[in-house]
Amino acid sequence: MAASRFVYVIYIRTTPARLWQALIDPEFTRRYWAQTWQESEWKPGAPWRIMIPDGRVGDSGEILEFVPERRLVLTWKNEFKPELAEEGHSRLTYELEPEGESVKLTLTHEMETPKSKLIDAVSQGWPHLLSSLKTLLETGEPLIETTRWPEGV
Amino acid sequence: MPDELDRVFKALADPARRTLLDRLFADNGQTLGQLCEHLDMTRQAVAKHLRLLEEANLIATRRQGREKLHFLNPVPIHQIGERWIRKFERGRLRALSDLKQALETHDDV
Repeated sequence: MAASRFVYVIYIRTTPARLWQALIDPEFTRRYWAQTWQESEWKPGAPWRIMIPDGRVGDSGEILEFVPERRLVLTWKNEFKPELAEEGHSRLTYELEPEGESVKLTLTHEMETPKSKLIDAVSQGWPHLLSSLKTLLETGEPLIETTRWPEGV
Repeated sequence: MPDELDRVFKALADPARRTLLDRLFADNGQTLGQLCEHLDMTRQAVAKHLRLLEEANLIATRRQGREKLHFLNPVPIHQIGERWIRKFERGRLRALSDLKQALETHDDV
């Protein structure tokens, strides 16, 4: 049973195919996810990592489930902040469901550790990223505050 | 979408529903039963408020075994902020908010 968990939901006027691409395609994520991109073979069991623009690995883990345009589950361990890295692996789930002219994206980030610092940290970042992702898909431009990796982090 | 925003503001207009969001903010992922504790409302009333909050996308629910857990979803509130707060105002607004909180919690200062 997960001891630290949050569930975020956002409705985006787009198609499951476009949203799926926006979640994993480096060209897309660089635009709304603070210039970062992910590296993976995108199949169950494959390693996965987020690259920070200066070349560091931001987070890493393994793909647990990969069902294109519907469901992606992966483990997620922070790699650049020691106090977060020492907590080990969390679990991130994306679920996509078409609803009318929109897609409902449900994001669950969870960890066994009670009062996890990692879950607390990512829970503050996700609303910005999800809003920016929505704005990018609906208007063609991301929110300005998520377009650059923050200085000194 | 305008009706999406209408639902958010209507849901937030009720103090009982804001209390439920406060409770989830303090302790996320509660059941209906847990949310009813220490509240002066019937279980039916709480269930109805939760349904309105879910329709406004202010809470998300998850099934865990036989239990239904409720989670605060701050994404629509964040989007309202994005609409009217400019990037460079954010720091100043936070400073003002911190000042207000400091003055109001330490009234001997």
